[in-house]
Amino acid sequence: MKEGATVARVEGDPRAEEAEGAQRIAAGARDRVRFEEEALALSDQVFRVARHLAGSREEAEDLVQETYARAFRSWRSFQPGTNLRAWLLRILTNLNIDRGRRRQRAPQTQALEANDYFLYDRLAENGDGVSDEERVVERLSQDDIVSALSAVPHDFRDVIVLVDIGDFSYQDAAHILDIPIGTVMSRLHRGRRILKRELAESTVQEGA
Amino acid sequence: MKDPCAHCEEMMQPYLDRILTDEEMSEAEAHLDECEYCRRRYRFEESLRVYVRQAVSEQMRPELKERLAALRIPLE
Repeated sequence: MKEGATVARVEGDPRAEEAEGAQRIAAGARDRVRFEEEALALSDQVFRVARHLAGSREEAEDLVQETYARAFRSWRSFQPGTNLRAWLLRILTNLNIDRGRRRQRAPQTQALEANDYFLYDRLAENGDGVSDEERVVERLSQDDIVSALSAVPHDFRDVIVLVDIGDFSYQDAAHILDIPIGTVMSRLHRGRRILKRELAESTVQEGA
Repeated sequence: MKDPCAHCEEMMQPYLDRILTDEEMSEAEAHLDECEYCRRRYRFEESLRVYVRQAVSEQMRPELKERLAALRIPLE
C-alpha cells in the first residue's frame, strides 16, 4: 500500500538513519578493500615499468611505495571501470617528475638514431656468417640491453618503457605522460631507433 | 620512384605495431613476399622486441610486496 511505503520513509527516524549510515560505511569499506586488492595484484606489473622509468632499482622501489601510499589515500578519485594500471602509473610518473628528475636531465642534445635495419646489419656482419634472425639477436647480452635502454634519453625511454615493456596503448601512454598521442608515436619511433644505435655501439665495443 | 626496400624499412615499425592502413599493409606484405632481405630484417625486429622485453624484466623483491600490502589503510 502506498501509505505503508510512506511511513517507512518517515524523516528523522533515528534508527533507520543509523542503519542506513552503517550500511553506507560498510559498502564504502568493501569498495576500498576491493580497490586495494586490485591495486596490489598489479604491483608486479607496476614495478616492472617503474624499474626503467627510474634510474635504479632503489629509486624504483621508493617510487612504487610512494605511489601505493598515495593511491590508497586517494582511492576515491579512481573511476571504477577505467584502467587501474594506467592510473597507478600516472601517479608514479608525476611523483618521478616531482622528484626533480626533469631538472637533473642533461641538456637536450640531438640524440643520434640508426635506421631501422641498421642493428641487424651490424650484428649480422660481425656474425661469422650466422644470419638467422633469432641467433643474431642472441648476440646481445642482457646487460647490453639493460644499459642500452638506460642510455636512451628520458623522454624517449619513458614511451618505450610504457608501450614496449608495459604493453600500454598509445592512448594510455599519452594520458600517463600527459602528452599528445602524436608525440607518443614519434617518440616511440625515434626512441626505438636510438635504442638500436645504443645496442649496436655496445656490440662494437665488445668486439674491439 | 623510391627504393622499395627503403620504403619497406620505413613501414617496419608501424607494420609491427599494426597501425598501417589496409592498403599500406598489403603493400608491405607484397614486398615481403618477394624480398628475403626485408623479410629477414622484419623477423629480426620482431625477435628483438620480445628479447628486449624479456631482458629488462626484473622481478620485484618480496619485501617490497610486503611493504606495499602494509600500506593498506586499516578498517576502523
